[in-house]
Amino acid sequence: MATKILDLPEEEYMLPGNRACAGCSLGIGFRHILKALGGNCIFTVPASCLTVLGGMYPTSSVKVPWMNVVFPSSAAAASGLVAGLKATGREDITVVAMAGDGGTADIGIQALSGAAERNTNFIYICYDNEAYMNTGTQRSGSTPIGARTTTTPAFGKQQQAKDVPKILEAHGIPYIATSCPSFPTDLYDKVKKAVGIKGTRYMHMCAPCPSGWQFPAKDTVEIGRMAVECGAVVLYEIEDGVFRLTSRSKKLAEQGELQPVREYVSVQGRFKGIEDETIEAMQSWINKRWTECIKRDAENR
Amino acid sequence: MSTPCIGEAGHTGDWRSVRPKFDETKCLAVKAGRPACFQCWAYCPEGVIKKEIGTEVDLDYCKGCGICAEVCPAGAITMVPENAEDAE
Amino acid sequence: MGTKKHHISIITGNDAAAEAVKLCGVQVVAAYPITPQSSVVEALSKYVEQGIMNAEFVTVESEHSALGVCIAASTVGARVFTATSANGLAYMCEQVHWAAGARLPIVMCCVNRAMAAPWSVLNDQQDSMTMRDAGWIQIFCRNNQEIHDTVIQAFKIAETVHVPVMVCYDGYILSHTVMPVELVSQEKVDAFLPKYVPHTILDPSHPRNLNPVTLADPRKDGSGTLCHGYMELRYLHQEALLNSPAAIVAADKEFGKLVGRNWGGMVWGYRNEDAEILLMAAGSLTMELSVAVDAMREEGIKVGVLGLRVYRPFPNKELVEAVRKAKLVAVFDKSLSYGNEGPICADLKSALYTSGVSPVVHGYITGLGGRDVKYRHLIEAAKKSIAALNNGNPVKETEWVNVQI
Repeated sequence: MATKILDLPEEEYMLPGNRACAGCSLGIGFRHILKALGGNCIFTVPASCLTVLGGMYPTSSVKVPWMNVVFPSSAAAASGLVAGLKATGREDITVVAMAGDGGTADIGIQALSGAAERNTNFIYICYDNEAYMNTGTQRSGSTPIGARTTTTPAFGKQQQAKDVPKILEAHGIPYIATSCPSFPTDLYDKVKKAVGIKGTRYMHMCAPCPSGWQFPAKDTVEIGRMAVECGAVVLYEIEDGVFRLTSRSKKLAEQGELQPVREYVSVQGRFKGIEDETIEAMQSWINKRWTECIKRDAENR
Repeated sequence: MSTPCIGEAGHTGDWRSVRPKFDETKCLAVKAGRPACFQCWAYCPEGVIKKEIGTEVDLDYCKGCGICAEVCPAGAITMVPENAEDAE
Repeated sequence: MGTKKHHISIITGNDAAAEAVKLCGVQVVAAYPITPQSSVVEALSKYVEQGIMNAEFVTVESEHSALGVCIAASTVGARVFTATSANGLAYMCEQVHWAAGARLPIVMCCVNRAMAAPWSVLNDQQDSMTMRDAGWIQIFCRNNQEIHDTVIQAFKIAETVHVPVMVCYDGYILSHTVMPVELVSQEKVDAFLPKYVPHTILDPSHPRNLNPVTLADPRKDGSGTLCHGYMELRYLHQEALLNSPAAIVAADKEFGKLVGRNWGGMVWGYRNEDAEILLMAAGSLTMELSVAVDAMREEGIKVGVLGLRVYRPFPNKELVEAVRKAKLVAVFDKSLSYGNEGPICADLKSALYTSGVSPVVHGYITGLGGRDVKYRHLIEAAKKSIAALNNGNPVKETEWVNVQI
């Protein structure tokens, strides 16, 4: 049974007055991730926007234990936490590694792949703001085609984004889920489910970024919704290899068609001046994935 | 080794140029007189809105992003300039 | 000790290290294969699979992750171990700094191997030396018995001063060469090394954020208490290292009392009581120097070995005392600070600068990339230095031993 907003727990583990930018979707997502985890967890976080949100010494804005680690090392650190907790008889604590898309798709992918291949008992959450936002919006492996970043300043990125959940699926891990803070109950339910599963659980959260994507901070939730409406983000989960669309993506598959990506692109400054053929390339990439998702979802109904 | 505290980055309310103003006559929870809606609470990136009827914002830390006004289905929240005279 | 029989094993340096790790009750081991280190962790994985070692063995996908796993496991209160060599150590470089900055009592064996390019799997000490400024304690072992004993001492030292310890020993020369080693009994190790009590721990009931961004200047916490800035934390780290010789020497002494042998603490000597000429090195090269010294003593030359056991913290005071009566110190480095000279030689000169003790110091580069160092090479070098000393002729700033160029 899907949780409703009214039923989300009141308890907050992320404290106000933190260092995140105004309107940051990470704040929304992180709040609900923490609510779903319920406190009995240890986080490990590499260099990222989340490090900034977490705060500077000697104060912290989060009421869960947290270990900062070097950029490539989130999943290795999680492996160490899991091993250390087992060795010291504290296996009941959920270990969570949470990193950005750069820390996941690029510099952290080796450690992540290793930990997933070992089926290490932890949850890995990638919040995907589609570029290196903490260092000033440089291109990452997860940046979509056409997006201008500070390292693709004139023409925008020339390549499609890496499909990281698919890479993780090739590891045969027990749970994979995508999410977006614009759909907080879907996110909450997926984290809840992940907590109850043993082995490596990979969660990929789309995280709209007002400053990097160049839209007004008030529109963060709407941009996330638009991403799902046009299929740039698809909400799904893969449990023991079984693929299911969830939440709004499930409804979109049942009821109707995706919105054209053009509209989603037009409201973000990072795509300003994007050429028609790039939008077409983006649209055909989205269509291809969406068809595949619908097919896989139908196979499992 | 850091310890948790509210206002890690100081009074982040100072970052604000606009602030949310609630019209309780429009708020669905207030009108119903029971827990309802709570979209503003759920979507607040700061967690400065309480999950209570008769919603209040902790203006010490509200960064004024305006998400609450956008997600409110009843149009009960408007963003008003921080330095303007309060209309109330 | 006299009447008691001791069990002597004939084992490699890597096995001597692995046996020690097992005895120390290490709870988490993470490692990645690299020659010549691999057989240390192969042995440990075997102990774990056999159930004779109760530890988590994490078969990571890189050295970077090996130390990453150790850092995390140590942070939640486990006693941890890893081992590596050369490019593996270089690959984990940022973790090496992190482990020290986080003040974690990690013990790592560095089985010394030459750095590439070009590839070489053979021995020199460039790998450890490259990490000298990372904030670890570095101890160099001269033989397999010292490896075994030093690994055990290393945990005690690390857990006393909250600084990680790198136990360095020469690849192949020690790692793959069998020697008689008396394994310390479990009872004695247990008496020597108490259960690990972590000084920081991650616990959901007391949420803490470890090693976050730290500003240059001190900053108040939530209760208004002024806490250190980055520079104060670095000062404390340096202070811990500078004070660590007390713990290093104490561990060696206590170990000696319990087991019947010790290794000289920071520095050691061989036939150096009346020596006018000292031949100085770290690691297994000191054994070859001992052979050279014996031969030169036959000729009536007053020569001795000065063994550098601990390279970081650098034993400035101990070395000044050790060379006080010498006319000449010839330093044999198995590594090089490119563009300068051998690091041990440079550091010795620095130690002497304000001491008022000023023997002539000559630097020699030896045995890079596994180039065999024979005692006759060492004698030749020593005699060259002696001749220069007697004639008042200068030698080159840094001489290369047996370089055919």
